Amino acid sequence: MVADMTQATPPSLEHVEYVLRLGDNALILGQRLSEWCGRAPVLEEDLALANMALDLIGQSRLLLTHAGRLEGKGRDEDQMAFLRVERDYRNLTMVEVPNEDFGRTTVRNFLFSAFQVLLWEKLVASSDSELAAIAAKSLKEARYHLNHSAEWVIRLGDGTEVSHARTQAALDYLWPYSAELFAANPTDDAVSAAAIGPAWGELEAAWEAMVLPVLSEATLVVPARTPFKTFGKFGRHSEHMGHLLATMQYMQRTYPGATW
Amino acid sequence: MLTESEAWKLLDTVPDPEVPAVSVVELGIIRELRCRDDGITVVVTPTYSGCPATEVIGLAIRDTLAAAGAGRVELETRLDPPWTSDWIGEAAREKLRAYGIVPPTGRAAVGGAQPIRFVKQALSCPRCGSRDTERLSEFGSTACKATYRCKSCLEPFEYFKPI
Repeated sequence: MVADMTQATPPSLEHVEYVLRLGDNALILGQRLSEWCGRAPVLEEDLALANMALDLIGQSRLLLTHAGRLEGKGRDEDQMAFLRVERDYRNLTMVEVPNEDFGRTTVRNFLFSAFQVLLWEKLVASSDSELAAIAAKSLKEARYHLNHSAEWVIRLGDGTEVSHARTQAALDYLWPYSAELFAANPTDDAVSAAAIGPAWGELEAAWEAMVLPVLSEATLVVPARTPFKTFGKFGRHSEHMGHLLATMQYMQRTYPGATW
Repeated sequence: MLTESEAWKLLDTVPDPEVPAVSVVELGIIRELRCRDDGITVVVTPTYSGCPATEVIGLAIRDTLAAAGAGRVELETRLDPPWTSDWIGEAAREKLRAYGIVPPTGRAAVGGAQPIRFVKQALSCPRCGSRDTERLSEFGSTACKATYRCKSCLEPFEYFKPI
């Protein structure tokens, strides 16, 4: 599908893990957003959420295919997406929590797509040329997701009493999960040392500079940081992940290897 | 076997299944053709990562070239450089407009580290030409289009987003 990877040294486990995280973030949020199909508050938003889900699932196909090639065990995108167990998924916990209402879905899309835009901007210069190509493509899409969700955060936050209360509740719920965006383990250190991905310190301030003015314009109050920590990117997921996987993997688990 | 220029002409008859007013060549997604002794390699780039038309387009390319005696048709996906709506040519833009889709203008969505304001872009209605139009949604029937409404003739229309 894509040009051969010719590398002098085999890719490190950390490299594979890092690409899996990116692929799983896109896959799991894509799955969550697709749950809105046919159920959004208005037709335009139904189409928008389905379109964003498609973009994310398209990105995850490229990333999981790449991760499978780097891993070198012959796993393709479908095996990566559908035939792993919960502990092998490396997505952020934030993307797996339930949609709840349009407010929470929108705030999550905003917090996450701001992170994605900044991350893809850095990954365009990755030492992994295939990852850099995927980043350049995904960046264009993520910018539309960011614009769209930022507009809605302002419209809902600075809207009616009810929309403000729901959006504030969404931010209160999601904000503690945002600490995980910038959490690091040895994978992150190895990846930034190899110039595959950026150091998180570079991104955290830029992310806050991007999201805080929009939240303020939306008249939302940003909660204080607490000791609450989540570890989805290290493979330790919330209680919601198993239910999501049961729905997502059902067909491949029932008919392994099925194609159509 | 086909020559490269014959193959280009044939592919210019393959419509985009989602936007049949323009061909895959006019859309700019065919990046390169390489004739081999036993067939041809077509290098394609996707418009959007998740565009569901990608696989249908691949099938249509294979069928069209194979039916013309191209031999073994191979498809290769190239991501770099990423597809941009700037690759849609002038003639194709007019075809889009005649089909009721406003062609892309201006810049793609930008996400900088500054507050994001409501973006207002005055587009001309493809039916009545009025500039009194409003955006309903950044997304439409496909990822590549936004949904607008004309406040003069009251008809909805689509806008091919710049990306």
